[in-house]
Formats: sequence, structure tokens, C-alpha cells
Amino acid sequence: MSYEIVGIAILWTFLFGYLLVASIDFGAGFFSFYSVLTGHQNKIHNIIQRYLSPVWEVTNVFLIFFVVGLNGFFPDAAYYYGTALLVPGSIAIVLLAIRGVYYAYNTYGHSGKNNIVYMALYGATGLLIPAALSTVLAISEGGIIIENSTGVHLQWGQLLSNPYTWAVIILALVSVLYISAMFLAYYAKRAGDKVAFEIVRGYALLWSGPTIVASLLAFFQINKQNPDHFTNMLNIAWMFVASFICFAGAVYLVWQRRHLGVSFILVMLQFAFAWYGYGRSHLPYVLYPYINVYDSFTNSTMAYALITAFVAGLLVLIPSLILILRLFLFDAKYVRGHEGKKG
Amino acid sequence: MSSLDPVLLSRILTGLTLFVHIIFASIGVGVPLMIALAEWRGLRTNDMHYTLLARRWARGFVITVAVGVVTGTSIGLQLSLLWPMFMRVAGQAIALPLFMETFAFFIEAIFLGIYLYTWDRFKKKYTHMLLLIPVALGSSASAIFITTVNSFMNQPQGFTLINGIMKDIHPIAAMLNPATPTKVSHVLASSYTLSAGVLAGIAAFSLLRGRDHVYYKKALKLTTVSALVFAISTVMIGDSSGKFLAKYQPEKLAAAEWHFKTMKEAPLVYGGILDENNEVKYAIEIPYALSILAGNRPDTEVKGLEEFPADLRPPLSIHYMFDLKVTTGVIILMIPVLYVLRRWLPGRKPYPKWLLLGIVLLGPLAMIAIELGWMFAEVGRQPWILRGYMKVSEAATTSTSVGWMLVLFILLYLILCFSCIRVLSKLFRNKEAEKELETLGLEGGIVH
Repeated sequence: MSYEIVGIAILWTFLFGYLLVASIDFGAGFFSFYSVLTGHQNKIHNIIQRYLSPVWEVTNVFLIFFVVGLNGFFPDAAYYYGTALLVPGSIAIVLLAIRGVYYAYNTYGHSGKNNIVYMALYGATGLLIPAALSTVLAISEGGIIIENSTGVHLQWGQLLSNPYTWAVIILALVSVLYISAMFLAYYAKRAGDKVAFEIVRGYALLWSGPTIVASLLAFFQINKQNPDHFTNMLNIAWMFVASFICFAGAVYLVWQRRHLGVSFILVMLQFAFAWYGYGRSHLPYVLYPYINVYDSFTNSTMAYALITAFVAGLLVLIPSLILILRLFLFDAKYVRGHEGKKG
Repeated sequence: MSSLDPVLLSRILTGLTLFVHIIFASIGVGVPLMIALAEWRGLRTNDMHYTLLARRWARGFVITVAVGVVTGTSIGLQLSLLWPMFMRVAGQAIALPLFMETFAFFIEAIFLGIYLYTWDRFKKKYTHMLLLIPVALGSSASAIFITTVNSFMNQPQGFTLINGIMKDIHPIAAMLNPATPTKVSHVLASSYTLSAGVLAGIAAFSLLRGRDHVYYKKALKLTTVSALVFAISTVMIGDSSGKFLAKYQPEKLAAAEWHFKTMKEAPLVYGGILDENNEVKYAIEIPYALSILAGNRPDTEVKGLEEFPADLRPPLSIHYMFDLKVTTGVIILMIPVLYVLRRWLPGRKPYPKWLLLGIVLLGPLAMIAIELGWMFAEVGRQPWILRGYMKVSEAATTSTSVGWMLVLFILLYLILCFSCIRVLSKLFRNKEAEKELETLGLEGGIVH
């Protein structure tokens, strides 16, 4: 494999990691707020809190990693996206900031009582952020960022009137709720919390239908937006079929209330197939038609240094991630809430 | 003209984000070390007071970390959003430290999460404290990596620039540029000083309010003595920064010292104002001091500002920042010295009130010093963004929306800072240390 492909694969993988952990986080924030609003907060709120508290910081890093890596491997991407995305990018930063800070304020700052304003901010940003971030996927298909003699510009009209933009936003919203509910169902089951489990199982089943409908919608909108990309997708159609099979399996297991761990692995595979299938068929373009992975690649010394740093980093990172998962996800005592009160 | 405004506004917005971020980032670098110190002392002497100290600091620390994380995210993304031309060119050379910084932060984030939720969870007591090692290493390492990027912008090396494209790049050489050693060590030492100073201030504040539990006295001693050690090292490293400037960035030192003519036995200008003919008024001149600062000998030749073309000189206003920063630094050093000598000082024993007030001021003073230091370093390399290679005016975005984004971020940071202060003060007021000691059954402090 060439450096270019290794580089983009690393970045795509970070974005996939972000997709998973952030979805769980964003969706959980929304469910948490929703449960406070409907008055049965204590049924699922505690479970959500127990999972999120130790990991909330980690989520952000995946995103930063992607951005920093993109700048490093493809400096032209920084130029095009950076110039065009000033406004949407800044709004996303503000939303992320509000969300991160108020989570900490609510969790660590006040003793036990939930502040409804904080919860509302947390729930609302949980849906707004994925909507905002997902528009970059639509932008990368081309036609929205243009370059002319006065520089690089984002065509707001093109962005907002584009059906594909909305298809991607809808897909992002429903998948966030779906992924999150599927994960929480697994987590609640591990915790042996029947009440919470039944509630989140309902959410999971409720959002599974819209997820698959939105996926199909987005799939066919690509055809109109960027026919080349669509043809590439058809060439690796098996990946999308595999994604659908994983989806069906995951929902079936939740329906049966059995093997929730396997079910969540299937959810991860479902999105992995769709994500890598989408990414692979998007190649060689990072931004159609201005940036492709071969012309905009960084110099080879830096590529080598970055990949080396990446491998070295993973050697430290993976054991640490395993440790945090063992302590807070696979530790039955902690999950049930017997241990791990904050200091 | 249309790209001139975005340049100025981008500078203001970047400056604003960094202005907020560096305070929280410095706390993020130093406080884990202080927590580790307290917890370690608590375990070693079997004195639960120190353990409680570590716990209470950790609780407040998370709140500041949250603000540090989100402002750090801001600056991380703003680098590309506001300075796309710079990133397009320099991204080729600085990607490695930026990437490594994120790794270091990742490790810190993971272990901080673990640390906060594993009090009393491990059989061996020291295990919990050991979790702080990756936290402290991670935060210091991110400071180191990101400072190498800033050093690179001050002292670029490790590439050849051909037609606006960097060729023949050596990432490690770019990181280990001549500015790196002094900058990195100065940033670390001043962050530790700030953190120890803030925590000392909290202890002194409680004592001032009439809480005379031995818990606060132990806290005061631990933090003030640490502040002293860190302040001494900060000042010593600051001195070598002066020598670095004289050798590598003489125009910055000359502008800071209003030193116009190249000469040996150069005097140091302290304070004063500059009139319209560039005549220095009301300043104190210390003979030979600038030569000694620059090269440790009175006959060291110090380059004057006249040797540099007018359009490449930094603004002369950095003199005020430099003098104020050095003055603040000396005050920060003197206060803990007085604490050590407190037995022989006038005022009520054991702690004269004015001394406690001084210690309360340590934190704010250190914040001022750090802000001034950064402003001096950054404004002092104007007009360059990449000294000698790329000017700030060529690097900024061409977008016309920067003004609105500036307004948006001013609002965001105001809200973040005010709510942070509110949450922190509420946190400690709701749960007084005396009450916590009682619930833990630790009136005497030592567990037998």
C-alpha cells in the first residue's frame, strides 16, 4: 500500500472511532435530557452517567486527531476546508465547547442534583453537533466549495438547497440515536437494570427503522450529487449488503433480548462496512475535485514520521483504552453501580 | 484591502483564544503534579489530610480541565480556519509535533478519567497515585510538543522553502530548533509556578477567613514551598531566554529594551516611556546590565534596533510587556521567600495578615506574568508568522466573516469563564473541608 492510502486509512479510522464513541455520547445526552423532561430520569439517567463520566474527555480527542492528521497528511485540505468552513467550523466549535463544559459542570460541579438548563444544553447540542459535522460529508462531494480568482468560497445556497445535505443530516441524527440506544441496551443489560433496559430497548427498536430508511435515502442522493462516486459504490456493493445483514442481525438480537454484546458488535460492523465502503468509493478525492490523495499529499519524510508516530502512539494508546474499558465497561461491579463514586 | 481586515481580526481572535486557553492549559500542566505530591505525602506519612487535599484539588481540577479541553479544541481548529495559508505551507513541517501533542493529550484524558473514578478501588494504595504519572506526563508532554511548534515559528529550521513550498524537510530538526530548549523549560516551569501559586492562594484565603484548622496550614506549607522552588527555576530559565534572544532573535531583545544602537557595555532600560522622536524618558538605566543579560559579561556586544529594516522591527510597545512580566516574576519569587522567613517578619504570628494576602495574590500574579510573557513572545516576532519566511499578512484567511466569529467567541469565552468561576466557588463552598474531615472521622489527621 502506498503512503497516501495508509494516511487516508488512518484518518478514516479515527473518524470511524469518533463516529462510534461520539454517537454513544451524543445520543446518550439526548436520551438523558429526554428522560429528565418526561419525569422518569432516575430509570435510565444513572446508567448513562456511569458510562459517560469517565470517558467524556476521550471522545473529543478522536475528532482533534482527525483534524490534525488531515492537516498533516494533506496540507492542501487545511487550505481549502479551512478557508471555506470558517463559519460552520466555528459554530461547531462553540457547540462542542458548550457541551463539554456543561457536562463537566453538571457532573462534577453540583452535588448530585441535575440542572435542567445544563441538561437541555447537553441534549440539544447532542443533536446539533452531528448535524453540523455531517454537512462536511456533503461538502466533500463537490459543488459546494468553489475556488475562483478571489479565493476559496463556501456556497451557502448550494449547501442548504442540496437534497444530499439534508439526507446526510437526517442520517446522522437517526444513526446517533440508534447507535446510542443499541449501546445503552447492552450496557443496561450488563448492569442487570431491567427497567432501564426495557426503555432503551424501545428506543433502539424505534430508531432502527428510520436509520435504514435514511441510509437508503442518502445512498440514492449520492447518485444525483456525484454520479462517479455512486458508480464506485455500486462496484463494491457487497460492502453495503454486508452492512445491511449486520443491521438485521443486530436488531433481531435486541428484539429477542438475547446476546446484547454480539448485537452491539454487529452494530459496529454495520457502520464499519458502510463507512469504509463509502470512504473507499470516495477515493481518490478528499474534496471533489480539488483535493485528491495523490496530488495533495505531504512530503514523504513527514508521511513516514507521522506513520511512525502513529504506530508508536497506538502502542501506548491501545493498552490504555483496554484498561479504561476493563475498569468501566467490563467491570460488572462498576457497571452495576457498587463502586466508582467520584472522589 | 479586503484581505487586510481579516488579518487583523484573525490576529485578535487567535490572541483571544490563546489568552483564555493558556491559563487553563497551565493549570492543566501543573496541578496534576501538585495532586500527585499531596497524595504521595498522604500515603507516605499516613496523614489523611494530604489525601483529602489531593481529592479536593482533583475535584476542582476536572472543572478547569473541561474549559482547557474546549478552548484547546478551539485553538486546534482555528489554526486551520483562521490561518489556512500558513497551514498549507508549514503543515508540511509541523504536523509531527501537532500529532504527538494529540497523542499525549489522549493518554492524559484516559488516565484522568480512570483516576477520578478509582479512589478506594485498588488493593494497593499506591496504585491509584501511580495513575497520576501518565496524567502529569501526558499534560507536560503536550505542553512540550505544542511549544516546539511555537519555537519553530520563532526559529524555523529543518526545511528549504522553494516557491512557497517546503522541500527537504527534517521533522525532528524542525522540532529541536534553537528556541525549543528555553521555551519549553520556561513554559513548564511557569505552569508549575502558576499551579502551585493558585493552590497556595486557596489555602491562604481559607486561613484569612479565620479557618485555622491544621489542614489549611499543611496545605499552605506544601504549596508555598513548591511555588518557591518552581519560581526560582522559572527565573533562572528566564535568564537563559534572554541570552537566547540576544543570539538568535536580536531584534526582539532590542525592541524589548529600546536598545537602538549596537554597542558593548549596553545598559538595561527599565520602565520609562518613549516620546514621538523615540527618545526614552523617565526610565531607570542600569549600566552594563543588558550586556550581562545577553552574554554574562559587561563587554558583550548587543545588537541595536537600527541594524534592522524598519518594516521588520517588532513594535516598541513590547518593552512594557517585558518589564511588567519581569517585575511580576520577581514579586512572585519574593512572596514565598517571605513565607519561608515568616518567623522574623512583623505582623501577627504565625502568619502575618499581609503575607497571607500576598500569597492569595500569587495565583493572579502568575496568570498576569504568563499572559504578559506570551504577549511579549508573540507580538515580539511581528511582522513574521514564520520568522524570516512568511509574514502574518500572507497567512490569514480571506474569509469576510471573521468579525462575526470574533463576536461569537468573545461571548462564548465570557460565559465559559464566568460560569467556571461560579461553579468552582460553589463546589468548595457547598462542601467545606472541615465538614469533610468530620465525615471521614479524621479530626486529628493521622490514622493509627
